Order: sequence, then C-alpha cells, then structure tokens
Amino acid sequence: MNLPGARMQVRNARVEADMFRARAIIGFLLIVVCLGTLVSRYVFLQVYRGTEFSETSDKQRISVRSVAPSRGLIYDRNGVLLADNVAAFRLEIVPEAVEGGRKGMEHLLVELGDVVAISADDIERFRNARAKKKAFESVPLRLKLSEDEIARFSVNRWRFPGVEVVPYLTRAYPLGPLFTHAVGYVGRIDLNELVKLDPSVYAGATHIGKTGVERWYEDELHGAPGSETVEVGADGRVRKKLDYVSPTPGKNLYLSIDARLQRAAEDALGARLGAAVAIDPRNGEVLALVSEPDFDGNLFVNGIGQTDYTQLTQDPRKPLLTRAIAGGFIPGSTIKPYAAAAGLELGVRTPSDTVVSTGEYHIPGQARGYRDDFPAGRVDLKLALAWSVNTYFYSLAYEMGIDRFSGFLAKFGFGAKTGIDVAGEAVGVLPSAEWLRATRNQPWYAGYTVNVGFGQGFWVVTPIQLAHALTVIAAKGANRPPHVLRATQAGIGAPVQPVPLPMPGPNVGTRASTWKAIEEGIWLAVNGPPPSTVSGLGKEFPYAIAGKTGTAERFSRYDETWTSIATSSADRHQVLFECFTPAEDPRIAVVVALEAGHSGASDAAPIARKILDAWLKYDDDAPATAAGVAQQ
Amino acid sequence: MMLAFDQLGPSLRLLARRWLRPPALDWPLALALVLLAGVGLVNLYSAGGPDTKVALNQGARFVLGAVLMVLLARVSPQSLRKWTPWLYAGSVFLLLVVAVLGEGRGAHRWLDLKVFRFQPSELSKLTMPMMAAWVLSRGELPPKFSSLAIVGVLIAVPAGLIAKQPDLGTALLVVASGMFVIFLAGMAWWRIGLVLTAAAAAAPVAWHFMHDYQKKRLFTFLDPAADRLGDGWHIMQSEIAVGSGGLWGKGWQHGTQSALEFLPEHTTDFAFAVFSEEWGLIGVAAVILLYIFIVGRGLMIAANARDTYSRLLAGSISMSFFVYVMVNGGMVAGILPVVGVPMPLISYGGTSVVALLAGFGMLMSIHNHRRAPH
Repeated sequence: MNLPGARMQVRNARVEADMFRARAIIGFLLIVVCLGTLVSRYVFLQVYRGTEFSETSDKQRISVRSVAPSRGLIYDRNGVLLADNVAAFRLEIVPEAVEGGRKGMEHLLVELGDVVAISADDIERFRNARAKKKAFESVPLRLKLSEDEIARFSVNRWRFPGVEVVPYLTRAYPLGPLFTHAVGYVGRIDLNELVKLDPSVYAGATHIGKTGVERWYEDELHGAPGSETVEVGADGRVRKKLDYVSPTPGKNLYLSIDARLQRAAEDALGARLGAAVAIDPRNGEVLALVSEPDFDGNLFVNGIGQTDYTQLTQDPRKPLLTRAIAGGFIPGSTIKPYAAAAGLELGVRTPSDTVVSTGEYHIPGQARGYRDDFPAGRVDLKLALAWSVNTYFYSLAYEMGIDRFSGFLAKFGFGAKTGIDVAGEAVGVLPSAEWLRATRNQPWYAGYTVNVGFGQGFWVVTPIQLAHALTVIAAKGANRPPHVLRATQAGIGAPVQPVPLPMPGPNVGTRASTWKAIEEGIWLAVNGPPPSTVSGLGKEFPYAIAGKTGTAERFSRYDETWTSIATSSADRHQVLFECFTPAEDPRIAVVVALEAGHSGASDAAPIARKILDAWLKYDDDAPATAAGVAQQ
Repeated sequence: MMLAFDQLGPSLRLLARRWLRPPALDWPLALALVLLAGVGLVNLYSAGGPDTKVALNQGARFVLGAVLMVLLARVSPQSLRKWTPWLYAGSVFLLLVVAVLGEGRGAHRWLDLKVFRFQPSELSKLTMPMMAAWVLSRGELPPKFSSLAIVGVLIAVPAGLIAKQPDLGTALLVVASGMFVIFLAGMAWWRIGLVLTAAAAAAPVAWHFMHDYQKKRLFTFLDPAADRLGDGWHIMQSEIAVGSGGLWGKGWQHGTQSALEFLPEHTTDFAFAVFSEEWGLIGVAAVILLYIFIVGRGLMIAANARDTYSRLLAGSISMSFFVYVMVNGGMVAGILPVVGVPMPLISYGGTSVVALLAGFGMLMSIHNHRRAPH
C-alpha cells in the first residue's frame, strides 16, 4: 500500500471534512425536502380527503342488517289462538365447515338423507339459497324437523361437521283446516310480491299473508323491522355488534268469530260442499265463517310440497275456493224477502195486497208459463213468503220492472263486495238491464225480470252477501257491514283495544211496516203449519226463528243436462237457507249455502238449526241450553 | 490468517476493557431511538390485535439490537475499518450461500441457522457502506474515476445477488447505502448527473430483467383499482387506513382497518398505515420529525467524525435510514410501489431491527471516537 505523505494527508483531511460537511448539509436538505413531500402526501390523504376515506372505511366495515319483526297473533273472540308463532327446528349447513369441498357436500347430502327426510325440493332450495350466501353463512336445508328427526340427527351428529339444528319461529295454525279459509295463511314472499313490497318494512322478512285475514290485515300483523348494526371484517364475518334496534312486533288481532261456533258450523256442514256464515246483526260481527271442503293452511307456511299442491289444485271439489266469501250461488227463493222489501218500499205493494197463484204465471200477452210449486190460490205477502209462492214474486218483479228491482236490491249490497275484512271476496252478480248490456251486450226482456224476481236467471250471490243482506232485514233497515276484526293488541300483555265498527252503509228503506211484514212472513215460514216451507224447524228452540229457504235450479229445465247428467234431485239444485233469531230482536243471522242438494228446506235448513243450537250454548245472553229450555 | 489473529488480540483486549465501563452513547440519538422503538412497540401492540406475541417478539429484538448497539459502540472505527474487507467478503459469501441453499416464501432470502433464521441481505446493508467507505477513504477525495469504478463493482455484486433473490427493496437499500458514500465522498456533480441519466436510460433494460410479479406490482401501483381484489387491494386499503385517520387519528387500538383485516401485512410492511390510522396526521408528522432528527443527528456525528472512513460510514448509515422512511412511507401513502422495505423500528421484523440498531451502534462508536471539539 502506498500511503500518501503525512502533510498531504493533513491538508486533505481538512478539505475533505469541509467538503463532507457541505455534502451532508445538501444531503440533509434534500432529505428534508423529500420527507416534506411525503408528509404533504399524508396531509392530502388525511386532511384533504380525510372525510372521504373515513366514510369509505366505515362503509366497508359497518353493515346494517334488518331484523324481521315477529308476526302478530290471531285469536278468536274468546282468546282462542287461531294463528301462532311456534318454535321449530331446521337443519342448517355451513358450507365452509363441510369437509371435502363439492364432493364432500354431495356425499353429506346423501348421508344426511338417511337420517332426516330430505326431498328434492329441499335440495333445490338449498342450492339456490347457498348461491346467494358466503361460504361461512349457514344455509337452511330442511325446515320443521320432527322430534324423531332431531333425536336421530343428534345421535349421528359427529358424522356431519358443519350441519346444525337451529331453532326458529314459524307460523302455525293450531286449529288446522277449521280456520284456513277465514284466517288464511302466510307463505314465503315470492318474486311478484317482492317487487311491490316496501323494502324498508319487509327487510329481513321471509313470509307474508297470502289469504284471508292474514292477507287483509298484513300491515297490522307484520309489524316494523328492527335493525342490527354490526362490524364486519374484510372476510365478511361479523366481529362485533354495534347497535341493535329491536323490531316492533305486529299487532295481535282478536276476531269476532267464535271458534266453538265455527267448529259447530263445520260439523253441521259435514262433508257437503258449501258454506255457512253467522253474523250478529246488531253490529255486523261475523261469528262463524265456514267453507267446505277445507284444507290445512299449515301446509303452505314453509312451502307446500308438489304432491300436496297438485292434489289440492286438481281436486274436483275445489277445496282452495273460499266459498263463504267467494263462492257464487244462485240465491233462488232466498231473494224473496228483499224483493218484498223493494215492493213495499217502492209502493208497488202493500202487505195486504193479494195475488192469485194458479200454479203457472204468464206475463200479460205472452204464452210462456212460469212455474209455481203448487197452486196456492190467493195469497198476501205474509203467505207468499211463508209458502214461497213464486207467482206473487213473478208479478211483483214484473210490475216493478228490472230497473227499480235491481236498483233497490243493490241497497242490500248484492252485486258488490260487502267489504268484509277477509281477503278474496267475490262480487257476485246483481242482474240488471245495464249489467246485461255491459257484460254480454244483450237487450233485456221482460221474461228475465220474472225469472230474476224469484232468484234465478243471471243471479250470483256469495254467502257473505246474502248474510249481510239478511242482517239488514234483521236490523230493520240498518246497514252494518260484516267484519271479523273485533279488537287489536299492541303486543302480548298490552291492553286489548276494541276496533271501532266499520262505517255503516246507508239505511235501507224508511218504513217500519216493511220490516214487520217481512219478518212476519219469514217467521211463518218456520213456525206455521205446512205448506210453510220449513214448518217445524223452530221446534224446541227457545226463541222464535224467522227464515227463508232457497232451492235454485243449477241447470235450466230446458237444458239437456237436466235429464242427462243431473239425474238425482239432490244434484239438480243449489240449496240455501237464511234465518235469524230471536225473530223480534235478532242477535244472530245465519246463512247456509250448499252447492248441491234436494231442497233448501230439507238440506240447508237443518244445518242452520244445528248452528243455532250451538250458538245457544255459547251465546252469553241465551238460556243455558236448548234442552234446558225445552224442559221448562 | 496469522495476520488476522495478531490484529484480533489487541482488539479483544480493548473490547474487554471497554465492556466494563458504562455505555458510552450519543444520548440525544439514543433517546430518539428509544422513543421511536417505544412508538413502534405501542403501535405493534395495537396492530397485532389479540396476538400480543408480535409486540413481545419485537421487544425482545429491540433488546437484542440495543445490546448489539452498545457493544458496537465500544468497537473503535479503526477496528471496524480493519475488518471491513473481511466482513464485506463474508456477507457476499453468505449471499452466495443463500442463493444456493436459502429458503423463504417464494424467494431465497433466508439462511436457517437452526437457532434463528437470518437474512444475509440485512448484513449487506451494513457491510456495503463500510466497504465503500473503506475503499474511498484510502484515496484522495473527491474520488477518482478508478475508485468510483471499484466501488461501483463492489455495489453491483451484492445488489445483484439480492435483486436476484428476488428482493428489490433490499437491493435498492444496498445500492443507496453505497451511493450515499460516493455522494458524501464528494463525487463531482457532473458525474452524479451522468449516473442519474444513465440510470434513467437503463430503466427499460431493468424492466426487461424484472420478474413478472415485480412488473405487475408496478402496473398495480400506477392503477390500483384495476386489481381491486389482488395487489391493488393492499394499496387501496392502505390509503383508506391512512386517510380515515384524519388529522387526529381514530385513537390507539381504535383503528379498524387492521383489526378487521382489511389492511394486509399490518404488522410488517403496512405497520405505518396502522399508525397513521390511529394517530392521524399529528402522529405521522411527529414520527417523521423524529426520523428527521435521527438523520440530522447522525449526519452531525458524521461531520464531527475523526477520519474520512468514519465520516463516510456514519453519513451513509444516516442517509440510508432516510431511504427506509421514504420508501415505506411512500408505499403506505400510495405514492411509491409496493416494495418490501420496512418502516425502521416501526415495522415488525427481527433482522431489520437488529441490523438497524447495529448500524446505529457503529454511529455511536464513531461519536465516541470523534474529533476533540475545537
């Protein structure tokens, strides 16, 4: 190594030190400039764009999830539970926890099928739901496990990592088919409903009222959702609950229907296709609303199976049809009291005016004859109603003319919805010249008027319409819309709040004598000797019953089916009976309508009587039992 | 070999005598380092989340590094200088060993010594400036072209080996530490300009030799949103962490970006993002000031050093420290591409902490052997 000279080194050392100092200062200044630039970037991010990044940070970590409210319960007038929320158990799978990936899942589903019944529908639904969720979110596979299934799964649990039994609340109808038509049922929200629903109300909800009261009072029953604010990690997993707003449960509903009377009416109807409606005419409260045949609404709650559904839709008896409010019946002679009211109120007749029945009626100047059941001779209104004399009403309708006839009968609510608070009501048909022109573009003939006058020809009424009209007569013209909601309750334990009665419709008629005359006529129909139509029906009943039968021809007499298809008399007719009691101050009005029967008197009336007998037992104001009264 | 032993004897005696004395340190610098290490630990405690092991491990490494620093502070710069060529040769040898047998996640960086794993490239960060200072201090300054050429080769060998591992970040730091020696040695400005121009011209050539993942990183850096769920995720989430800290920060242990794992590598490369989120601009500014103080203090020690070798070494160590801060701070703030350079004393990482503190140990030694104040 060649060391430089010592002098040189000393001189150089000073120069080098000075130069170093200069370079160090320049270097330091450059460093300060660079770090200053760096800090300015932080100022830009943290101050200038701080709020924006703060929002971004919150948005990606805070997630608000809706918590569905629990649905309001439905009770009958005495607090009998009609729609309940019950704890059930379902099988859920956390896909992430299943070993062996896709193959493992296939294998698991097969193995699981040996322990718990799993249908193809279940697997299909599971796959769809799984596609929408993250791997660590559990997906339901089977709803409503039975106790046996839970027990069997518990024993085999070790074989199925990632599969859990999870409790949940589900709608249940403890009385099964009895109230399916009236209360209705809930079902899973479908796509069509989803687009119409307010997402803020239905967030997190899975079910919605589909039919009956469940649908009509959906808004009351549903409640308001709560929310859960959670902090989620980058993987989407919940780390922390930040906030919880509990949902507002739906209102509990107390219906005016008496489950006992409903049961009695169902029993009385038996296997016959038809409907029975009982209403308290003093306020329009529906006491029983039965449609037969019925089915179990519980089937629909968690998705009905294909076989069950096919069976219901293809059943020729049409069990899905709610006959009490949507079944169309030809009213037949049950229309006569209303026709009588029209005649009296419009001044076409007085109660004492008489008509002679020869057994056949002719429109003046026309050859065609209109049949009467028997030649009753000269009858006034009272006898005409008691014996159901067609000729009286043929001539009444003819004299009144169709416009005045249907104009007045519209006041009873025929041809329009009664507005009952049960979803699915049908309109029916109140025949009129205008209606015929509008719907079929045909002119009206006088012969139609005659037919319509005794409840045939074009007429379609629903049992609820007829029952409502009957309450107008029972309440002497007061028009009180039928309804089933009696009271609501904000939650279990909260005070029960009576619901105000629906706005009454305009009174029908102005003359007290009108109602008196009609009541006397239909009282005599039950309480008079034959040929009173339902003579003896009021036997051993503590109150006077007033009632009117209807036996409508399902087929025209001139139709081939009259002779070919409908051979038996019981198949030819739609039979009805309407009645109320006590006749002078009615507390219950009953309508029974059967799709097939021999006559109103022989088929429908005894059913109505059974319903009245049951009512006696349950009505607070009535004597203890009918039998007890009979013994006095 | 005999020569080496003869030199070793007196050095050992000297060391043994010095070890018995209380530590001789530059207290302002030591205090600043302790403060920074404290900030680092506090931050890691939060960034590690429920895993307190991270902060504890780092603490242990701080202790190890501090011991090494105190020991090195007692080794005279003359001894360091004597050993420099050997240390340099040793570090290059280890880099070669690693290139042949090394292990690590997708890159050959680590040497498993059974007791602990060791990254030889960290050693190069120290031996590189030592070697450059050794070469340049032997001749007249400003350096002649021949010296510069030698230093250039000495830089290129370890840098090339490290870049091939591939560890571009460390290679960059090694190159920088050598270049700072040249800069401080007074390399003519026109030559500096020439080198910078040549570097700019060589960029396309470098691009050609870059790995695909490195190219991708550069692309992603230029447009993070294009790779929203991949590498761009790191950049975007880091910016969100920094930005959402705002002026005052979310508060210690209240940062959400790392706790919820939006921010990847939140104890290592992106530890400073966690710090920025929790302490805000105020914290960032305070830490950057602390860094500037350390660099400044290091340069002061360098300026007062006894000889050229010490000066150049101390100056390079100080300025290299700045490169760490700039590269990591820039990466966290999204103005520099993602390169695995830790934030000094704040990022988790054993070898880096020990190497850094060892470097400061040398600074302390140079301080202890400074010129007598005039």
